[in-house]
Amino acid sequence: MPEIKNYTLNFGPQHPAAHGVLRLVLEMDGEVIERADPHIGLLHRGTEKLAETKPYNQTIGYMDRLDYVSMMCNEHGYVMAIEKLLGVEIPERAQYIRVMFDEITRILNHLMWIGTHALDVGAMTMFLYAFREREDLMDMYEAVSGARMHATYYRPGGVARDLPERMPQYLESRWRSKKEADRLNENRQGSLLDFAEDFIKRFPGYVDEYETLLTDNRIWKQRTVGIGVVSEERAYQLGFTGPMLRGSGVEWDIRKKQPYEVYDRMDFDIPVGTNGDCYDRYLVRIEEMRQSNRIIRQCIDWLRANPGLVLTDNHKIAPPRREELKADMEGLIHHFKLFTEGYTLPEGEVYTAIEHPKGEFGVYLVSDGANKPYRVKVRAPGFAHLSAMNEMAQGHMLADVVAIIGTQDIVFGEIDR
Amino acid sequence: MSNPKQQLAEALRAALGETADSVSLAFGEVSVEVSADNLLDVATRLRDEEKFQFQQLVDLCGVDYSQFGRDEWQTDDASRGGFSRGVADGVSSGRLQFGDELESLSSQGRRFAAVYHLISYAHNQRLRLRVFAANDDFPVIPSVTGIWKSADWYEREAFDLFGILFSDHPDLRRILTDYGFVGHPFRKDFPLVGHVEMRYDPERERVVYEPVSIEPRVLVPRVIRGDNRYLADEPEAQDEAESDA
Repeated sequence: MPEIKNYTLNFGPQHPAAHGVLRLVLEMDGEVIERADPHIGLLHRGTEKLAETKPYNQTIGYMDRLDYVSMMCNEHGYVMAIEKLLGVEIPERAQYIRVMFDEITRILNHLMWIGTHALDVGAMTMFLYAFREREDLMDMYEAVSGARMHATYYRPGGVARDLPERMPQYLESRWRSKKEADRLNENRQGSLLDFAEDFIKRFPGYVDEYETLLTDNRIWKQRTVGIGVVSEERAYQLGFTGPMLRGSGVEWDIRKKQPYEVYDRMDFDIPVGTNGDCYDRYLVRIEEMRQSNRIIRQCIDWLRANPGLVLTDNHKIAPPRREELKADMEGLIHHFKLFTEGYTLPEGEVYTAIEHPKGEFGVYLVSDGANKPYRVKVRAPGFAHLSAMNEMAQGHMLADVVAIIGTQDIVFGEIDR
Repeated sequence: MSNPKQQLAEALRAALGETADSVSLAFGEVSVEVSADNLLDVATRLRDEEKFQFQQLVDLCGVDYSQFGRDEWQTDDASRGGFSRGVADGVSSGRLQFGDELESLSSQGRRFAAVYHLISYAHNQRLRLRVFAANDDFPVIPSVTGIWKSADWYEREAFDLFGILFSDHPDLRRILTDYGFVGHPFRKDFPLVGHVEMRYDPERERVVYEPVSIEPRVLVPRVIRGDNRYLADEPEAQDEAESDA
């Protein structure tokens, strides 16, 4: 029998299964992982340092670019930290809009996760299915903010603008025939809420489709059941949050336990796994998509019935409307001060956490009373999850590393910041 | 009726006594400050004692307090002398030029701090723990990796970005910055534009590092207004903010 020597394998940063720019240095014994050492930081942009040199509102756009598949949730965490320090109340309608878009974002994120995770493990079709649905959700982002991904929609004191009364339509062009455009515009005749309602009616059916492809699939189970098992005790120690923690059997969801905005009025359940393996975390996230769908439905019903303000009328924090700016001296002064200098926060420090699709997204904000933050620390869920890579991958085969990267739902924007 | 946060603060005061330098409750969050010598003792008790059970370290970060409270635009005597239009150069890390130095505003031993955020799943509580490093030039704080495993990468990050050394850390390497990076970029005396820039030199056929050529270009000055709304106690400040609306 030939002698097999240990060797070191470099995985990434240009590997398609590395989900961006992960470089893994793997010490292997044959095909078994002995030690996994992730090298991160290839996407480090110093977001936190940049935030220290800008007025508060100018950093919202940077937040989108942290976890670039769940943009609005990042904004939410940041904006909530400012609001907590300011002690400002935000209009109820804005809270419902935020909750609705947080859940849209959750579905958006989980679709990305299931598409890429399944693709890494060998199920090509999932990728195509998931991206088909993401298209509709990104259209909702676009309708409300003008951008398909980096929305900058949440503002301290509410959201940038109200939901549009009319969905944007597809036009006939060289690449799209009249017939094709009409078909695409069929469910875009009404408002954004009509479009969203149409989507949530269809969506449970789509989730069923995913489940038909994966849940009882023999190959999928062989690749995920019993892979990357993390016990409840280890999950606490390793800093797991969100679906990673729930997959290990902990019933914990910030939306339920420390509710923010109007989550305490929402009716939804927390799915919990039992074995703490990749398959359980898959089941948890699938069920989370169904629950998000329920929450969106409740938000739509409320938003239809309750028009109102979406941005606070405290003009020390939020700019006045355009008409006010043109007709009113005070409005002009407020506008000028807000856009040249911004607003100052009281001296102090806060930590706000939200239930981000990937786990607990926290923003620790230290203010010394200036118009710029003194220190912003973004607590990214993926950072703690990836640090557990060594422990999760040890003793597994090389191919299982890919399944573990997939189940951790890694996005480098937030890990490297 | 006292709320759970106040109860936690009181329980902490009673349990930690002398070992904690201060226990405070602000903006609905409980903070404890301990000295580096007492850190491991306090952390272990916070994790293991029945009434605390902070099982998880959610976040750990470094903070550099050397420029805390520094502004770039004096606004105090605005009514008498008018606003000063000229903003002094190089007074914050955003406007710092290559080779500039910053004077520290913090007293010795109050510059670098590590801030720990803990969570107790059993009691649904959060807690902030702050530890100052005693020496500004050689900041050392004991590592908590033995108590919470998740501290591993967070401490590497704080070391990388702030140069805080965590004693007894199993593997204290840089984590976010480039291989061979010099300096600790999140320190306040590290310029925003950095020290070096990198490009590929076709003549020498390799990557070369050169001093930065870009100018610092932070446009909005850092202003501290000492806003009247915030000078009062916290709840009153909130009321005023609302009546302004």
